[in-house]
Amino acid sequence: MKPSPFEYVRATSVADAVKALAAHGDRAKLLAGGQSLIPMMNFRMVAPEVLIDIGNIPGLDEITIGDGSVQIGAGARHNVVMASDVVRQHCPLLADAYSHVAHFTIRNRGTIGGNICHHDPASEVPLVLTLLGASLVLAGPKGNRTVPADTFFLGMMETAIAEDEMLVRIDVPFQPAGEGWSFHEMSVRKGDYAIVCAAVRLTVKDGAFHDVRVGFNGAGTETKRMAGVEQALEGKPATDATIAAAVKVAVDLSDPSDDVQADAAYKRDLLSALGRRALEQARARASN
Amino acid sequence: MPKDHGIGASSKRREDVRFLTGKGNYTADITLYGQTYAAFARSNVAHAKIKSIDTSAAEAMPGVLAVFTGADFADVGGNPAGWLIQSRNGETMKEPKRPVLAHGEVCHVGDAYAAVIAETVAQARNAVEALVVDFEELPAVVDMADAVADNSKRARTELTDNICFDWGWIEDNRAAVDAAFASAPHVTTLELVNNRLVPNAMEPRASIGVYDASTEDYKLYTTSQNPHLTRLLVAAFVMGIPEHKLNVIAPDVGGGFGSKIYHYGEEALVLAAAKRIGRPVKWVADRTESFLSDAHGRDHVTKIQLACEKDGTFLAVRTETLANVGAYLSNFSTATPTFLHGTLMAGPYKTPLVYVNVKAVFTNTAPVDAYRGAGRPEATYSLERVIDMAARELNLDPWEVRRKNLITTDMFPYTTPVALQYDTGNYQATLDKLIELSDKAGFEARAAESAKRGKMRGLGLSTWIEACGIAPSALVGALGARVGLFDAATVRVNPTGNISVMVGAHSHGQGHETVFAQVVSSMLGIPEANIDIVHGDTAKIPFGMGSYGSRSLAVCGTAMTKAVDKIIAKGKKIAAHMLEASEGDIEFADGKFSVAGTDKAKTFGEIAFSAYVPHNYPLETLEPGLEETAFYDPANFTYPAGAYSCEVEVDPDTGKVEIMAFTCADDFGNVMNPMIVNGQVHGGVAQGIGQALLENTSYDGNGQLVTASYMDYAMPRADDLPNYTVDHSCNTPCTHNPLGVKGCGEAGAIGSPPAVVNAVIDALARAGKPVKHIDMPLSPARVWAAMNA
Ligand SMILES: Cc1cc2nc3c(=O)[nH]c(=O)nc-3n(C[C@H](O)[C@H](O)[C@H](O)COP(=O)(O)OP(=O)(O)OC[C@H]3O[C@@H](n4cnc5c(N)ncnc54)[C@H](O)[C@@H]3O)c2cc1C
Repeated sequence: MKPSPFEYVRATSVADAVKALAAHGDRAKLLAGGQSLIPMMNFRMVAPEVLIDIGNIPGLDEITIGDGSVQIGAGARHNVVMASDVVRQHCPLLADAYSHVAHFTIRNRGTIGGNICHHDPASEVPLVLTLLGASLVLAGPKGNRTVPADTFFLGMMETAIAEDEMLVRIDVPFQPAGEGWSFHEMSVRKGDYAIVCAAVRLTVKDGAFHDVRVGFNGAGTETKRMAGVEQALEGKPATDATIAAAVKVAVDLSDPSDDVQADAAYKRDLLSALGRRALEQARARASN
Repeated sequence: MPKDHGIGASSKRREDVRFLTGKGNYTADITLYGQTYAAFARSNVAHAKIKSIDTSAAEAMPGVLAVFTGADFADVGGNPAGWLIQSRNGETMKEPKRPVLAHGEVCHVGDAYAAVIAETVAQARNAVEALVVDFEELPAVVDMADAVADNSKRARTELTDNICFDWGWIEDNRAAVDAAFASAPHVTTLELVNNRLVPNAMEPRASIGVYDASTEDYKLYTTSQNPHLTRLLVAAFVMGIPEHKLNVIAPDVGGGFGSKIYHYGEEALVLAAAKRIGRPVKWVADRTESFLSDAHGRDHVTKIQLACEKDGTFLAVRTETLANVGAYLSNFSTATPTFLHGTLMAGPYKTPLVYVNVKAVFTNTAPVDAYRGAGRPEATYSLERVIDMAARELNLDPWEVRRKNLITTDMFPYTTPVALQYDTGNYQATLDKLIELSDKAGFEARAAESAKRGKMRGLGLSTWIEACGIAPSALVGALGARVGLFDAATVRVNPTGNISVMVGAHSHGQGHETVFAQVVSSMLGIPEANIDIVHGDTAKIPFGMGSYGSRSLAVCGTAMTKAVDKIIAKGKKIAAHMLEASEGDIEFADGKFSVAGTDKAKTFGEIAFSAYVPHNYPLETLEPGLEETAFYDPANFTYPAGAYSCEVEVDPDTGKVEIMAFTCADDFGNVMNPMIVNGQVHGGVAQGIGQALLENTSYDGNGQLVTASYMDYAMPRADDLPNYTVDHSCNTPCTHNPLGVKGCGEAGAIGSPPAVVNAVIDALARAGKPVKHIDMPLSPARVWAAMNA
């Protein structure tokens, strides 16, 4: 065993898990797919004394259609979400982004809820859920509350979830018919965390961009969506020139940092190149 | 028709049955009665004085049986360097001590300074965390240029400066080389980095120490490429155990690539611990320990210059290299940048004058030693890059510049200006084959098609040579080696005619068990299935030197054929007696001893039986039994050579390189098993592509390894690699071993990195972005930065 010693609790229901969280406080951590938590424990970067396994809670992995939204259980495995007909039909941006998340075997175990709560700043899923206007349903000792993605994702590996809460469901509104979307990513190898990725939603009406939502990872900005870029596109002619101007705004607004994989100058180039590709593809996908 | 058995057949790898069904017997799989576990405390700083280690809390932890620190080994020997290199000024290299556990000073992140033995792995690890060490940090020497420039910061406190040696090859040629440069019509100068690599064998290092107090025998199960060498080092140099009291067993080993040639302190620790506590002690490295403490590879910074005529005729080559040896000298670390690197700097070319200077530099990083190819990839990369650059500067076709300078077939044996004698080869043939197989003629059309898709396409090549079949002992001894490099095999024919062959070579994935049996099968005319290859246990095999340097078949395989020859010779004597003929009239073919010109014959099985049931046998003149051993010391190195090309597409927006095709035309001499040879080339090229595009070992300024996991250290995966085209039809058999084999294990890793880099530079040049050089790995960020500089 590589991790420090811990106690293992298997939760049989959401209520059970929430009760266990309350009982053990900050000594405990929820265990979902284990694809982020277990490596950190093996490196002994974290050492929870109690693991509450939520991997076997009946119904926590269901994907259903709600009122104008797809409702994804927090325990749904990445590969199940990615392959889900409902998701592909109603939220194609999420399915697209998923093709860049990790590798097949990791996606077999990792869960959408674990991914969101872990909130790696390079992760694709929080970015697209923000663009899709998803709502996150949290269960706590005082009952459920719903937090919009916009305010759920805070800083790097930080979210609005409280220590005694558990994420139970993600509601993702349908992407409207006729909308164009796109997701582009650059990573060292396929399935690695992104150096930079770009996500876009928009519609094209009368030759102009509307309902524009654009976001990046790797840009070094505080928010995932870039309002300045959206403004540079909203209502403007759906031309290459508009796109070029918008990606320039993205570069200007960005503040990426150097790391082992890439320096800031290169990340700025990627913002521009991937931003352009994503906008062009979204434009092509949008029906006029 | 392809052969279906024996030499030249693609016999299926018999070892794969156990490897692929999870039935392998690796060190980590072995569990002994009463086994305990070791865990190591490793330095988290690059350089520090150990002021104190408080072990009391750890000793009181549950399950803890013993705690060791460097003080426990203060009286035993150290792990020696295998080669003593002489500097240009005649001084012998510096060899600072390498103790079992760091004592007084830790010298790199990952340097082990204590070990805990406990009932379980978890208990041992938990107790390691309870050790209290007081480090007084010392300045860390990380960058080689700084290490050379500034004597005030030293990687080891016992050193006066950071230079291990300053070696010239060949010093007597230096003046002539300098003169040639002074008058040359054209000189190309290139400064490059050969990036440090982490070996990343699939199986991490592991060892189990066993001690039997009743007989005073030690046993070491360990992940070694050469059990006898490990035994010699542990017994004679480190622990002072009588050699016959130490049995080293290297069972199935999951890859080594050089990193498991060497003896490491953990092996001595488990033996000492087993003796102290009276129970077996097991240690299995985790991946982080592998990153931090396996000997790394490459890490050269080189300035290479090529002097030539305006028509591209080479006149002279001159290099200056800084070679990182890390904080301690690993066993082959001083041979790798010298005799496996400088001696190859003529390449397959007629260059009349060559001078190589290598300074080995101590730094506060993990030791650096031989890694697949060892020195030869560094030499090939430098040469093949500078040749490409010269061709571009002179507006010549890099393919034709190479052809013009290749040694021609009429020149063999050919003595290079760096003291090797190439026995045979046909470098034009492999180049022609490459031109054909890579469809060079169709490249322009493919490039145009790529351009339509917005991609920049490029084609690059390398024509490489290596020295394998390591090595003639007298020669390497004269050059500073402290060991001989012969090998040995015993062929034991059992009474029922089947055969056990005990070999000094060690297979850690290569497929010896299949190929060696094919050779014996062909020689004796008996089925492969009746032959077993035994390796990896010093109690079973003759004293051999193990596997590295593509030596197994060329050296140990030759010993084996000599032992088989002795079997045949003895068989003839037995047959002559049984057939009442004179020995000179006995012929051996297809498994039968027969009297020439008659139908009188005895099968191999009948002879074997008679040797062990000697009822009708010349006992007065001939010993019973049928078992022979041969030792073989090679007369020369072998010289595999070939021509590789790589075709890439580069994304102009992102700098991402995609390999579209990779073609290898190799000359390995005679090929015993084409399928296995292809596999060796595929694996080697994968490693070379990994080095060229992905693998980046990065220490920060404080000596922290920032790429110490697979999150940050990118190994190539299947989808990063192309389908290879591999050909070995242009072979010229080695002239000095009976099988005519040259070795194929390292070629792929040697020939491929420059082909990849040359292809990327070509793609950029064709797209009007003339970039002189990009250092490996050619990450998208680096390619993008270079083309937008
Ligand atoms: C090699 C590798 C590559 C990867 N590449 C990518 C990639 O490219 N993109 C990407 O996005 N991810 C990547 N990942 C991470 C992967 O997506 C993980 O599966 C995911 O981040 C965590 O999900 P999990 O279910 O495994 O959560 P776990 O590891 O079990 O948990 C992660 C954290 O979330 C908490 N948690 C889990 N579920 C809940 C819940 N319902 N409510 C509250 N808290 C909860 C846990 O307590 C823990 O702190 C990679 C992982 C690996 C190992």
